[in-house]
Amino acid sequence: MAEHGGPATMTDYIKHHLHFLEKPVGEGSFWVLHLDSIFFKLLCAAVFLFLFLRVARRATTGVPGKFQCFIEMIVEFVDTSVKETFHGKSKLIAPLALTIFCLTFLMNFLDMIPVDWVPTAAAAAGVPYLRIVPTADLNTTLAMSLTVFLLIQVFGIKHKGIGTFVGEMFTAPFHAPNLIGKILLAPANLLLRLIEEAVRPVSLALRLFGNMYAGELIFILIACMTLGASLSSGLTYVMAPLQFVAGFVWTAFHILIITLQAFIFMMLTIVYLSMAAEHH
Amino acid sequence: MDPTITIVVQGIAFFAVAWMVMKFGWPHIIAAIEDRQKKIAEGLAAAEKGEKSLAEAKNSANDIIKEAHARAAKIVEQANRRSVEMAEEARGVASAEAERLIAGARQEAALESTRAREELRRDAANLAVFGASKLLGREIDAKAHADLLDKLALEIERG
Repeated sequence: MAEHGGPATMTDYIKHHLHFLEKPVGEGSFWVLHLDSIFFKLLCAAVFLFLFLRVARRATTGVPGKFQCFIEMIVEFVDTSVKETFHGKSKLIAPLALTIFCLTFLMNFLDMIPVDWVPTAAAAAGVPYLRIVPTADLNTTLAMSLTVFLLIQVFGIKHKGIGTFVGEMFTAPFHAPNLIGKILLAPANLLLRLIEEAVRPVSLALRLFGNMYAGELIFILIACMTLGASLSSGLTYVMAPLQFVAGFVWTAFHILIITLQAFIFMMLTIVYLSMAAEHH
Repeated sequence: MDPTITIVVQGIAFFAVAWMVMKFGWPHIIAAIEDRQKKIAEGLAAAEKGEKSLAEAKNSANDIIKEAHARAAKIVEQANRRSVEMAEEARGVASAEAERLIAGARQEAALESTRAREELRRDAANLAVFGASKLLGREIDAKAHADLLDKLALEIERG
């Protein structure tokens, strides 16, 4: 690969691909908007909402159309997953799980689009940098997992009451038979609880981000095979088919990853929420 | 960024995957969807059929009930007529019987009165003969004086 374009070019290529379309809105590195992530996330949300609400509005109890059938299958799948895991009653969990699954899947799916297509088109339109996969941006996944984290807390308080919710922070998972034991175990319980709660959003966000970032990076590396190729170079005729094969295999494999990651994010959200609703 | 051969190869790989999905994945999904549509359509058709046959059954049940009502009314009417007839017949039989009995009784009474009259006449004749014999002091030959006796008896009878 290095022979094709030289290390500098390849590094530039990769760096360029991993560069967000940034817009500083304040002082410091924190106050930067990733316009591309925001735009494509909103686009996915719009597509999801448009398709889903259109079907929901036109839903018929008679013989459904093919697309309604497809949506029904997804809804049924999500609903079954929720019912198997969460045994309480909640109007929130199933729609939330459906939204997480569909939205994450759509955002992940953008990774399937050939990695150079949209950025090249954007460059032609005058946009210098563009990353189209919002879930390969830690900001997006962290935002989603923090939302889920907040929901977990709200859900726990709503289902158990504030007294039990706070009480369990000090009395679970280590139970003591008497008051002195309870007081002694309270710090350990609180510490464990805080770690447990903190780990959840972090692991949720990092798992999705890591998978999607790695997937994107591998697409970029595969693209590097023909970086700076020329018709005069003999290697081009070897590397181009190789790139095709690698790209094909990785794209096909990536179908599994994007679906699985969307499913895992949804499933863990359901599990966390049902755990929050249960008494210890 | 300038377009390079990379983009072309990426596109080919992408469409190769899309083609694979279309070729090997899509038919299964479509088959499942069509199967589902078919099942729903069949279910709806079956439900409609069930409703229709229910309505039909209701209709035929109504018909049967109506027919049964009509037949019951007819039977009741027949029974009424028959009872009237029977009563009429019984009345006829009874009156005939009564007339017969009355006639018999009358006949018997007439017979009885005739017989009593006969007896009375005989007694009267005997009495007359007895009286006359007592009067004459001798036996009267009843046969010899039958004419006379008869005449006497007749007179008594009339008298």
